[in-house]
Amino acid sequence: MLLAFDWTQLAQQTVIGLSSGGTWALLALAIVLIYRSTGVINFAQGEMAMFSVFIAWSLVNHGLAFWAAFFLTIAISFAGGVAVERVVIRPVEAAPVLTVVIVTLGLLFVVDGASKIFWSPERRTIPNAFSTRPINVAGVAFSIQDLGNIAVSLGLVALLWGLFRYTKLGLALRAAAANPDESRLLGIRVSWMLALGWGLAAALGAVSGMLTAPALGSFDQNLMQPVLLYAIAGAVLGGIESPLGAVVGSLLLGVFVTLIGTYVGWIGTTLRLPVALAVILGVLLIRPTGLFGRSEARRV
Amino acid sequence: MPEGLLELEDVEARYGQVRALHGVSLTVAEGEMVAVLGANGAGKTTTLRAVSGTVRRSGGIAFAGKSIARRSPESVARLGIAHVPEGRGTLSELTVAENLRAGAYTRRDRAGVREDEQRVLGHFPWLEERRDQRAGTLSGGEQQMLALARALMLRPRLVLLDEPSLGLAPKVVAEIFRIVGELNERDGLTVLVVEQNASLALDASSRAYVLEAGRVAVEGTSAELRSNESVRRSYLGY
Repeated sequence: MLLAFDWTQLAQQTVIGLSSGGTWALLALAIVLIYRSTGVINFAQGEMAMFSVFIAWSLVNHGLAFWAAFFLTIAISFAGGVAVERVVIRPVEAAPVLTVVIVTLGLLFVVDGASKIFWSPERRTIPNAFSTRPINVAGVAFSIQDLGNIAVSLGLVALLWGLFRYTKLGLALRAAAANPDESRLLGIRVSWMLALGWGLAAALGAVSGMLTAPALGSFDQNLMQPVLLYAIAGAVLGGIESPLGAVVGSLLLGVFVTLIGTYVGWIGTTLRLPVALAVILGVLLIRPTGLFGRSEARRV
Repeated sequence: MPEGLLELEDVEARYGQVRALHGVSLTVAEGEMVAVLGANGAGKTTTLRAVSGTVRRSGGIAFAGKSIARRSPESVARLGIAHVPEGRGTLSELTVAENLRAGAYTRRDRAGVREDEQRVLGHFPWLEERRDQRAGTLSGGEQQMLALARALMLRPRLVLLDEPSLGLAPKVVAEIFRIVGELNERDGLTVLVVEQNASLALDASSRAYVLEAGRVAVEGTSAELRSNESVRRSYLGY
């Protein structure tokens, strides 16, 4: 007997993939933001997001409603990101790239250690932003949570795009990242723009984390480590210098990894991370600038 | 000497351990166009950098009667000093229109900015049709003009113009100097221009300083310097 292809399953898995990919896209965007202004991948981005999730957990545990905790956590994370740049990154602003990379690695351990001082390492849960109930769209059942995650991710991306494209602050942020010396001559406070960039990146990471945690069911301090790897893979796939690339790359990666896990039995859910690493390797070998990157001579 | 808009008094500057200026004094009066001439490495570019704060400097630097010797580049720009650096210095990733907007970044008077944009487009009409083109994709001459146009968007009280002729075809250079000269004469724009091409710069300016090894070797009106055979031969090379 011939089995008809299960289109419903394909549609469902695609949406699940977009949902994961959307949360990765936010962290990927954070990485691209920092990369464009500082020239390094902030390896602490995932742990900073993890810290934000624990702040959200504490706020919820103190009786705040989920969405109140959500927005308060974004604000706290933004301020925290600015503070981290001022305290940790600013002293090495003019240092070689390798120095800054090492500093972000150090930051990773500091943030991780701090989270373990404040919060014990047991597994915890955070309420779901969206109902996990299925909803029927054109005869196919999708989970409201997945659709909500996609909506929040893409909404945030659109908001950020508007900020960068249409506001004076966005213009200054872009100018400061690409041409810091020239921007200074125009009166743009480049150093503060870097700090604001770190704030925005931390806020993006916070949202990524707060969407990731409920989807996992329960979480501990390790929750953002795979997300960071997927986000770096997504950003590399899209072109590490391209914000649009980071979003598209992460969404593609989310769908790809989910579908390959569904249809290739031996990969399943356990081998998804190696698939992401294979994507990083493949892109770097075949097209190092990624899907949307421009190859340009660049001063290192 | 009359109180100038910009006054440099015994200014020194260094890159790391290397001293590039050994006590430069010069004055630029309001509405004047002054040239700084000299050979490669004489300290011309460094003089402009000392004013805008993009090099470590000491000595007296006053703008409109106030000391700016300790100010950062950002805050010097906020006083209305527009520095067009050597090698154009356009914001290569941004479009032409965004470059112009960035030039007016520190200004709060929206109406004035719009007015200035029209005025600037009057001087450089071709910018209009290139609005959405990335600055990095313009030709060298176009980028130099865009850098100048962007400087004007600040509605500057003083423009520091560094080697506008660098690497450009003579026709383009002549056009740039024509526009700068017009801005100076008609709109009273104050300009301190550094130039390798002495004859061009002397024609456009009213006074000039000739630097040698980080010091002022000769100064005078442009007419004097032009007609002084020995100065021309030993310092200006034409």
